[in-house]
Amino acid sequence: MSDTATDLSTHRSLLRIERVASQGMIALRGGLGSAALGKGLRKATGLAVPGLREIAHDETGAFGVAWMSPDELMILTPPGVVHETIAQLHEGLAGNHATLADMSDARAVFALEGAPVRDVLAKLCPVDFAPEAFPAGAFRRTRAAQVAVAVWFTAPEAARLICFRSVAGYVEELLCTASAPGGEVGLYHR
Amino acid sequence: MLLLTCPHCHVTAEETEFAPGGQAHLKRPQPEAGDDAFESYMFTRPNPMGVHLERWRHAYGCGKWLIAARCTVTLEVFGTYPAQTAAPPAEIVKKIKKKRPEWEAPA
Amino acid sequence: MSHRLPGGGRLIDRGRSCNFTFDGHVLQGYVGDTLASALLGAGRVMVGRSFKYHRPRGIIASGAEEPNALVNLGEGPRHEPDQRATTTELFEGLAARSQNVWPSLSFDIGAVNGLFARFLTAGFYYKMFIHPRAFWKHLYEPVIRQSAGLGRAPREADPDRYELLYAFADVAVIGGGIAGLQAARQAAEAGLRVLLFEQTPHWGGRAPVDGAQIDGQPAGEWVNSTVEWLEKQENVTMRTRCMGAGVYDHGYLLAQERLSDHQPGAEGPRHRLWRIRARRILTATGAIERPLSFAGNDVPGVMLASAMRDYLVNWAVAPGRRVVIVTNNDDAYRTAIALHEAGIEVPAIVDARAEVRGALPDRARALGLTIREGMAIDKVQGRAQVRGVTLCRHAGAGGAVAARIECDAVAMSGGWSPVVHLWSHCGGKLTWDAAQAHFRPDPARGPTDHDGAVFVQAAGAANGALAADAVLRDADTAARRVLADLDADAGQLPAAPQADSAPEAPLLPVWMMPEEAGYAHRSKMWLDFQNDVKVSDVQLAAREGYRSVEHTKRYTTLGMATDQGKLSNINGLGVLSQELGENIPDVGTTTFRPPYTPLTFGAITGEAKGALFQPLRRTPIDAWHEARGASWEPVGQWRRPYAYPRAGESRASAVTREVNNTRQHLGLLDASTLGKLLVSGPDAPRFLDMLYTGMMSSLKPGRCRYGLMCNENGFLMDDGVVARLDAQSFLCHTTSGGAEHIHGWMEDWLQCEWWDWKVHVINQTEQFAQIAVVGPNARKVLEKLGGMDLSAEALPFMGWAEGRLGGVDVRVYRISFSGELSYEIAVPAGQGLALWEAIFEAGQAFDVLPYGTEALHVMRAEKGFIMIGDETDGTVIPQDLGLDWAISKKKADFLGKRGMMRSHLQSPERWKLVGLETLDGSVLPHAALAVRPGQNTNGQRLTEGRVTSSYHSPTLGRGIALGLVHRGPERIGEVLNFAGDKGQEEIRARIVSPVFFDPEGERQNV
Repeated sequence: MSDTATDLSTHRSLLRIERVASQGMIALRGGLGSAALGKGLRKATGLAVPGLREIAHDETGAFGVAWMSPDELMILTPPGVVHETIAQLHEGLAGNHATLADMSDARAVFALEGAPVRDVLAKLCPVDFAPEAFPAGAFRRTRAAQVAVAVWFTAPEAARLICFRSVAGYVEELLCTASAPGGEVGLYHR
Repeated sequence: MLLLTCPHCHVTAEETEFAPGGQAHLKRPQPEAGDDAFESYMFTRPNPMGVHLERWRHAYGCGKWLIAARCTVTLEVFGTYPAQTAAPPAEIVKKIKKKRPEWEAPA
Repeated sequence: MSHRLPGGGRLIDRGRSCNFTFDGHVLQGYVGDTLASALLGAGRVMVGRSFKYHRPRGIIASGAEEPNALVNLGEGPRHEPDQRATTTELFEGLAARSQNVWPSLSFDIGAVNGLFARFLTAGFYYKMFIHPRAFWKHLYEPVIRQSAGLGRAPREADPDRYELLYAFADVAVIGGGIAGLQAARQAAEAGLRVLLFEQTPHWGGRAPVDGAQIDGQPAGEWVNSTVEWLEKQENVTMRTRCMGAGVYDHGYLLAQERLSDHQPGAEGPRHRLWRIRARRILTATGAIERPLSFAGNDVPGVMLASAMRDYLVNWAVAPGRRVVIVTNNDDAYRTAIALHEAGIEVPAIVDARAEVRGALPDRARALGLTIREGMAIDKVQGRAQVRGVTLCRHAGAGGAVAARIECDAVAMSGGWSPVVHLWSHCGGKLTWDAAQAHFRPDPARGPTDHDGAVFVQAAGAANGALAADAVLRDADTAARRVLADLDADAGQLPAAPQADSAPEAPLLPVWMMPEEAGYAHRSKMWLDFQNDVKVSDVQLAAREGYRSVEHTKRYTTLGMATDQGKLSNINGLGVLSQELGENIPDVGTTTFRPPYTPLTFGAITGEAKGALFQPLRRTPIDAWHEARGASWEPVGQWRRPYAYPRAGESRASAVTREVNNTRQHLGLLDASTLGKLLVSGPDAPRFLDMLYTGMMSSLKPGRCRYGLMCNENGFLMDDGVVARLDAQSFLCHTTSGGAEHIHGWMEDWLQCEWWDWKVHVINQTEQFAQIAVVGPNARKVLEKLGGMDLSAEALPFMGWAEGRLGGVDVRVYRISFSGELSYEIAVPAGQGLALWEAIFEAGQAFDVLPYGTEALHVMRAEKGFIMIGDETDGTVIPQDLGLDWAISKKKADFLGKRGMMRSHLQSPERWKLVGLETLDGSVLPHAALAVRPGQNTNGQRLTEGRVTSSYHSPTLGRGIALGLVHRGPERIGEVLNFAGDKGQEEIRARIVSPVFFDPEGERQNV
């Protein structure tokens, strides 16, 4: 990922913060319980419909599916295959009430890495980031300061955060401020 | 600051994740409705001191609308349920009545 | 005089001295000192002056309750007023200045107020400054403003960083004394997630000072080992310098952590505001000693007995060389004994109780100390410093002086009040404990949470358990109650530790000393030291008919100073109750409101300052605009170029240039901020028929239609072009500021009213950059880019098409908001800048210029196109704007239909949209009102219209305006008088058609 990402952190930041350059993202709205949707999703991504507020990845990490709401998924794809994935999904969902939209350009993705990652996020989001309350595989939509975001953990000390594209600069500044040197909290990471 | 549980995504989150939407279970009148029905729909709100069924949207979360049965005095929340509900669910009514026997669900 | 003792001081490091300045004088203290202990150690007894009378004021307390020792702290941008010396940790180079003094602390002009004290009684300001009315603005207010306020406000921007932290816990324990430590320990033992906060830099609270023994060891050692154990627990997070500020609904707790107040400029945030959700909150906030009300109790050198003990034990500072103790309880004897043992002379212990028996008094007697039973202080002598006291019988009115004792300090104790603030913030009720003469939490009436359960539990002294053994027992009980509440496993909990405390005899409630003191005495007895409220003021308020404690508070300002009456409230209440002849619990207390001590604005703000004050939304083409020197306009949270002024060019001329160039050649507008909502599903056509006033279901795929959205009142809310993508899908454009609102509006109706309709809405606003290519050369430049047939035949006006332009996938809408030939090109946001640059490059041959929002506004106004927010204000229906054509008459229902049918909205008397042209060609002021002869009942001019948009039109070379005018469209040609900006002159303008330019639409339809 880092070959296409922009490193935003300074050498003394509490976290390594990168803006992920391109991430395929597809919004899928429809009845998540429908067999057609499950089948179509598996065919297009190899993944099943995730559980409530969960995110699932395939073994390579190339594809992912996140639970956004009771009738919405966010499908993560490699950047080059968005259109063919949408086409495949369309095919699988034909005849069902479902809506697909390419949202790859609508959002910005940040990769955060470092031991205090949960502490830094706790400065911005009103969410319990204790590992028991927020394990790997969980997916949470919330706010970071004044804007909507979604957060999940990709490793014990690594998280992803997405926001709308227009506020990427604001979120970048938030993350850099919250992880500036001297801001150690010692809440989740001692 | 309130703590509400979204009945759609089952997150218990602070009020800042939600946006309020006023009284629940309003009946939208047809265009031919008389002035009284329209006035009641648009403007007449009981504003009770007590249990209130109110709309909230989980705006910073799953985006879904929900209804909270909340006491406006003690702020006790007797339950939340999806907005796709024509009347408060029986178990919530029962829970309210247990503590507030005099309470009646709005018609 | 106060001084530092040669030995002792459990909190100071004598090996490390600290230089600091007070009013410019260089003084010395030790690491571990507070500013208060260092000042006292350096012999500074008087540290400030009071608010109203400018009376000399000394340090009275040792903690957060201090009302007097407020200083201007720090210099330059780190200057901060009203800082309590008692909670300010000393550091090398600390600079403090006294407040409310001029020209100096020792000689102060304002002290002359004291001579007029007789006239400055309760309610003085209310009574004095009411009449004559006119004096208020020009005389009273300026003078009062000059003399009001304590510290000096800082003038420079705060250089420090602040942050918020969202934390979660099963149990949050506020207070790190022995009660808090014991309660936290038990909760931790039971496996709960525990937060433990202590506002001072030290754990243990009063117990180590008071010399208690816990489980056979000195309290300090028990504290250390308990803290050590807690620090090792994974489920415990503990912080010193962290004040529990407020308890709010549903277990919400605020705490302020002071990270670098004691080391200014250190890396990292200065304060951190903890925003906590705790299932249960345990308040182990201790108790505060009450002063006694006797004449001259405000003279520097009079201190709380417990504070004196703190200074002695913690910082090895003696408040004087000869100290008289005055008390109504046993606890003050601890101070007498401690002072005596430290070698300070204690000539008398004045005890209001007629007979004094008990372990502590006996010990004092055994040490040879004199106890004056049934006695009171008649008066304190001295002005800037105690010189002595005279004694009298407590019973009676005083007068007959029984003795005069020379001394330089007085230790007073009127009993203890539990710190019930946090218990009370969210509605916890209090009960009056007559035996201890204080309010304490009523366990039956605690604050309740979202489940209706009591979520705050008081522990230890905060719960009225004052002696160390009672404190530990109570804390243990409180912890077990919380564990039971949370279904935690309390089976293996260790037993509560045992403390040995000397049994104490009951206190004698004393609200005034002597009991029946006369006016001369009462007017020298201070209740509120900071705001100068005396016993006589409260009594006067009662005599003037104030019966409610809340009213009395506001009338006298008792408890309204920065300390919020931590020392004065109960004493004031005692006096009021006595004067009213009622019982204290019947009179009740004032409301306790958060925060417990003031929070900094910085902490409340957190990260939200400077660039993070609020989100700034940038379009994908933002960097290009910035590089071109765009002058910005905020639109919602977006920033959009207002215009692109060249070097030396004014904004107005830039706008004119941009309009002319677009009308004559070619303009580019970044329209990315337009809302773009994908509405899709089998029921999408009927859904949009309900949302828009016009018919959308009849729109053909490939075509666009302008639509209006109203709220249920019928008032116009948003507008935009809808493109039908296919049988089931539409792309709805909203206004720039309106995308989120309209998205929410659609979801509201879909989820809450028509939830069986099969429609999905996806907000694609940010997926696409949108570029408006506008002007006579618009087609030429796009043809030069190549890839799509954009001829009038292939893509007629109000059509859209998908294809490739310059190698990029695009969707092109043939719509126009300027009246010119115009294409709006949507492209995935990531390619927006590249396409913009490509068009700009290709446009060089066609005289392309970018244009901003103001040129957009001017051109739409020239065409008479309305703008939501200019022509609408939430009270305007489409018909007011001549938009009847956009309202379907065929549809049985749509949102707003019933609302706009109301008689007032259908009245022919409404103000309606017209164009306005000034007779002299000038530009009408924004929002100018058309006036007509006559006045309304408020004496204001009658009006018959108002300007909603007004611009200089470069195209027409004159001012043009849109406005709403009474029966406007029927009055074309009439001349109206508009009130000018400056009030007097009137501007004459003629009512014309709102379409100023190209009424036939020939330019856009080519």
